[in-house]
Amino acid sequence: MSIEKKATRLVPAPSYGLLPERDVNARPVLEARNLGIEFGGLHAVEDFNLVIGKTEIAGLIGPNGAGKTTVFNLLTKVYQPTMGTILVNGRDTVGMTTAQASKMGIARTFQNIRLFSNMSVEDNVRIGLHNQIRYGMFTGIFRLPAYWKCEQRMHERSMELLSIFDMQDLADHKAGSLPYGAQRRLEIVRALATNPCLLLLDEPAAGMNPHETEELMENIVKIRDSFKIAILLIEHDMKLVMGICEGICVLNYGKIIAKGTPEDIQNNPTVIEAYLGKRKEA
Amino acid sequence: MKKRNKRMTDKLITFGIVIVAFIFCQIMISTGNMSRSLRGQLIPICVYIVMAVSLNLTVGISGELSLGHAGFMSVGAFSGIIAAMWMHKGIGVENQVLCLIFAIVAGGIFAGIAGVLIGIPVLRLRGDYLAIVTLAFGEIIRNVMNCIYISLDGQSLHFGFVNPNLPGKLLLNGPAGTTGIVKMSTFPMAFALVLLTLLVVLNLIDSRNGRAIMAIRDSRIAAESVGLQVTRYKMMAFVTSAVLAGMAGAIYGLNFSTVTAAKFKFDTSILVLVFVVMGGIGNIRGSVIAATLLTVLPELLRAFSDFRMLFYAILLILVMLVGNNPTLRSMVLRIIPRRKNQSQDGEVN
Repeated sequence: MSIEKKATRLVPAPSYGLLPERDVNARPVLEARNLGIEFGGLHAVEDFNLVIGKTEIAGLIGPNGAGKTTVFNLLTKVYQPTMGTILVNGRDTVGMTTAQASKMGIARTFQNIRLFSNMSVEDNVRIGLHNQIRYGMFTGIFRLPAYWKCEQRMHERSMELLSIFDMQDLADHKAGSLPYGAQRRLEIVRALATNPCLLLLDEPAAGMNPHETEELMENIVKIRDSFKIAILLIEHDMKLVMGICEGICVLNYGKIIAKGTPEDIQNNPTVIEAYLGKRKEA
Repeated sequence: MKKRNKRMTDKLITFGIVIVAFIFCQIMISTGNMSRSLRGQLIPICVYIVMAVSLNLTVGISGELSLGHAGFMSVGAFSGIIAAMWMHKGIGVENQVLCLIFAIVAGGIFAGIAGVLIGIPVLRLRGDYLAIVTLAFGEIIRNVMNCIYISLDGQSLHFGFVNPNLPGKLLLNGPAGTTGIVKMSTFPMAFALVLLTLLVVLNLIDSRNGRAIMAIRDSRIAAESVGLQVTRYKMMAFVTSAVLAGMAGAIYGLNFSTVTAAKFKFDTSILVLVFVVMGGIGNIRGSVIAATLLTVLPELLRAFSDFRMLFYAILLILVMLVGNNPTLRSMVLRIIPRRKNQSQDGEVN
């Protein structure tokens, strides 16, 4: 609610985009400008500039400890940035809480899965729908007609969402008892339930076998096409990143060292150096 | 939909048990088969069921260890007594049921206000710190109650803090507690409160808001990331629990001719917590059963006279040990196949 009341400011953006030619006139979904955070004296992320257009699949890669997850935590307001601006659909998100950022349309999954593990699969998705389908506390306690109507709608919608990954049959299982891959998929479904415009995936393919990864790649593209949302993903599996990302951003020691299409990145000497080290001169 | 039905049956079983127990008690009373001491226990049993179920909402469902639950009971008891006495003697309403209902509502409202006031600072804390601060608040409420004097003069109430010289007749006499209460609590009313509590808590858990409360318990960060306002839902659970405890307190207070603040000390909070832990944290039906058995138990152990509380403690320890014994558990699981599936689910994670 309070977000609506706040004065929005549209800021003309110089193109920091991964694929600037693609969304040249459209307002980007996400725009991070000079974003940075300092922990004590440590610059975990510094001067981070990124623009993601509507329906773009972008990748964020980098060696371990480069600050990728920190960027996600900044974008979702788990950490408040100490420098720079984040604009979501042109609106400044300064001072917002994680919950407010979610209402702005940023959804995420976690590197180490954070499901509501004691609750059923369907309830996990229903919690994602929490801000979409609402009724009050008294309606819930005294089971007024609105309760039944909303619960029915929630049930239908969550089944629809679970069907993306063919998980309808698992709806009654406890989320914590699902196999690892299914838990990762459920996290994505839960994030999608919040009706986002930008989905942040933190290592979606971690712990998956090549076959599952293949399936996941297809599904990510499918999600983008059917929900018309932008996706930013952190991933170490280069096959997945190079396979589906349209733009890639490489992070090392909290700084962007390269941006571009997968081909650019593969041939970029700085990136190769960051990952493999310098070739010794003979 | 299958699971929806299972939840419904679970709920109906809980209500069924309580209602059957109530009818059984009523038959026993009317045929004169119930001993005097047990009959005196009926209202406290109902009160403690409400206390245990409401504390389970905080401890089990919301996942915050609260050690000051007796404080809310105390606020409810005193405000309920004053409200009932004012209505009965001040305004002159003869109908005691009406006075009692008014007292319950007043007790709930005042305990709810106390819950909001305490919740604002307390719910910023987590884990052990929260437990310690709730403990402190429970003690603060008790000590404040020891200093309050309230008198009834005609239709008007007079309040005094550390000052007993008030016009009219004293209703609340500081550390000496309330005096001259008309005992209004009846077993059917206490039972109705049990039903109301079960309805509120069970339906709350199985609704949008209850799911949010449980989600925050399971993973605070994930809950925030899907847009839940953590403080709001913690507050909802905490205040609901306080309101129910206040209502229970009102019935409890009007069951005795004198009530002192010392009745609602730390021990009472712990006693209710014991009910919750024995019945299973997060298990509402368990709380009902544990509260009933453990309230009756000291009476049944009267035969051991001085060693009564010793046996009570030993029994508690035994139940805990037996409940966690893997051999016994597997035996029970073999008998009840439905639970077996659930436990296998548990083993996977």
